[in-house]
Amino acid sequence: MTGEAGAFGAPRVLAAKALDQLITLLAQDGYEVIGPTERDGAVVYDTVDGAADLPLGRLDEQEGGSYRLKSSRKAGYFHHVVGPHNWKRFLYPPHQVLFTAARRRGGFSITVPDAAPPKRAFVGVRACDLAAIQKQDTVFTGRDYKDPGYAARRAAALVVAVNCTRAGGTCFCASMGTGPQVGPGYDLVLTERLTGDRHEFLAQAGSQAGADLLDKLKGRAAKDDDVKAAEAAVTKASRSMGRTMVDGVETLLKENLEHPRWDEVARRCLYCANCTMVCPTCFCSNTQDETSLDGNEAQRVRTWNSCFSIEFSYIHGGAIRREGRSRYRQWITHKLAHWHDQFGSSGCTGCGRCITWCPVGIDITEEARAIAADKGRTKT
Amino acid sequence: MAKGKTNSGPRKPKLAVWKFSSCDGCQLSLLDCEDELLTVADSVDIAYFLEATRAELPGPYDVSLVEGSISTPHDAERIHKVRRQSKLLVTIGACATSGGIQALRNFKDLDPFINAVYAHPEYIDSLAKSTPIQDHVKVDFELRGCPIDKGQLLEVINALLNGRKPNIATHGQCIDCKRQGNVCVMVAHGQPCLGPVTQVGCGTLCPGCQRACYGCFGPTETPNTASLARWLGDRQGHGKREVKHLFRGFTGYADAFRKESEIHE
Ligand code: SF4
Ligand code: SF4
Ligand code: SF4
Ligand code: SF4
Repeated sequence: MTGEAGAFGAPRVLAAKALDQLITLLAQDGYEVIGPTERDGAVVYDTVDGAADLPLGRLDEQEGGSYRLKSSRKAGYFHHVVGPHNWKRFLYPPHQVLFTAARRRGGFSITVPDAAPPKRAFVGVRACDLAAIQKQDTVFTGRDYKDPGYAARRAAALVVAVNCTRAGGTCFCASMGTGPQVGPGYDLVLTERLTGDRHEFLAQAGSQAGADLLDKLKGRAAKDDDVKAAEAAVTKASRSMGRTMVDGVETLLKENLEHPRWDEVARRCLYCANCTMVCPTCFCSNTQDETSLDGNEAQRVRTWNSCFSIEFSYIHGGAIRREGRSRYRQWITHKLAHWHDQFGSSGCTGCGRCITWCPVGIDITEEARAIAADKGRTKT
Repeated sequence: MAKGKTNSGPRKPKLAVWKFSSCDGCQLSLLDCEDELLTVADSVDIAYFLEATRAELPGPYDVSLVEGSISTPHDAERIHKVRRQSKLLVTIGACATSGGIQALRNFKDLDPFINAVYAHPEYIDSLAKSTPIQDHVKVDFELRGCPIDKGQLLEVINALLNGRKPNIATHGQCIDCKRQGNVCVMVAHGQPCLGPVTQVGCGTLCPGCQRACYGCFGPTETPNTASLARWLGDRQGHGKREVKHLFRGFTGYADAFRKESEIHE
């Protein structure tokens, strides 16, 4: 992890109050700073003006279909894990205007919205979520057709990542190989330490921008002990994952497309699409045209949508996947199996959001486990 | 939708607004469209709309907006006349699309209600049930809600004028909730929310204020009410009676909600 001096300098130890300084520096550099903040009983991502906006001393208890925040003396700024929001809200917003058109004499003209998005700093990006951003990078910019809007927003984003020293009740990044240790791709990574009266961060830069920031923050060179303590805390988190994904899930699902478990989960599923909305890698959308009443202006908009909605799968002649079993199966097999064929990795990072925010607690790991325990059955 | 005409076309579409058993709230949504009202009035001939004007132009009408449920023998007869005179018939609101709040009487005997409410029950001529318009005549398009959303109403008029399909979604509230970034009241607060089985349209008015959805827009395209009811009972600890009342609200007579509430009778 943050052991030896990397390409961008050696790790440093910052006092907890350096977080506030970091946010101020970012704002001075012209970044809109987005970070975790408490609202309506959950930790969401929104603009933060200083460390005081972060959920210091708050912990989240997460289970299938349940999320509760409570206060804890053991909780620093980042001991909570991920909440209902994800970073795609900023990189791939729920409502995007693709172009506007205006009627002109004898024709019409088209305007593409300004391609220069705001510079944004994402503070508190977890390992699972950095992996998710990278999966969406592949989807939107890594192949033949590039999404210019996504590419521009992504290029304007700076990532301050955080290693998790506590795993949540529905987290399973360890078994998906994405966390809790943050992988490459961050500008700066922090590991928070809160013991007795010591409250500090171990910080490591991962880019020149990160190194420049770290240079300006008050702190000291990290000792071996600091690095070891941080490593131990992250290892502890990886051993206390709330959930685990079964091994070999890609092949397992591909070989069990007619398993009776799909009918069982369909009896519980509400087709509400919460799982896909909170999933940091799900990218499905609807595109529709809107007009002004007089028909002189129009715009094409793209909004988040989901494989769980009937209208989403409407093609000429009707909707495909009318049955609940087909819709749930589409989602989980795309995520865990066919994503490999399409994008060269799993589409799931193990962040656990889909489990927590499913109103009836349907659990992707439990569904996979149920099929694994009873392989090869087909619908009778 | 029929091929629409823009206001530059030769003839403006003739619009009529009809009221059946209802509170007028949905019709008033049209008058509520302050900013756009003048453009609307400019683009269509308002041929019949008693809330707004006394003028009455004779049919046939290009579009009829129908508010209210069929609740009296007179309603039941009149809706056929409206249908005959209308090229397109669009029902607006929970009354027209599912019988409305007055359909709560459908679950009981009507007479005791009439006797309890009216000083002269003998003057009351009501049908035993309050039923939606589509139980009586063919409906071309429906707008849900109690009341309807003025944005959705404008969208239908807009689509008609511009000859395109209206963008009216049929999925559940949760998609809108998540797009807007609301914190789910069911998951984070254990409130009994009808959002997962309720069609979108209001812009998540209630969950946006941290209050569970009442189901004003009626059931989604594929509502799994049984699973939601099981969770509300087994996991959230709501009693049978509470679950029954939850489904029996503004759109309680819509098929899926009616069946679910009857299971918890
Ligand atoms: S499928 Fe679930 S656990 Fe996996 S990335 Fe999406 S929300 Fe997270
Ligand atoms: S899934 Fe892993 S990286 Fe993501 S919040 Fe949980 S512990 Fe942290
Ligand atoms: S799995 Fe859960 S969150 Fe996803 S559609 Fe079904 S009920 Fe909704
Ligand atoms: S608050 Fe209600 S409508 Fe919103 S996501 Fe939760 S269950 Fe769905």
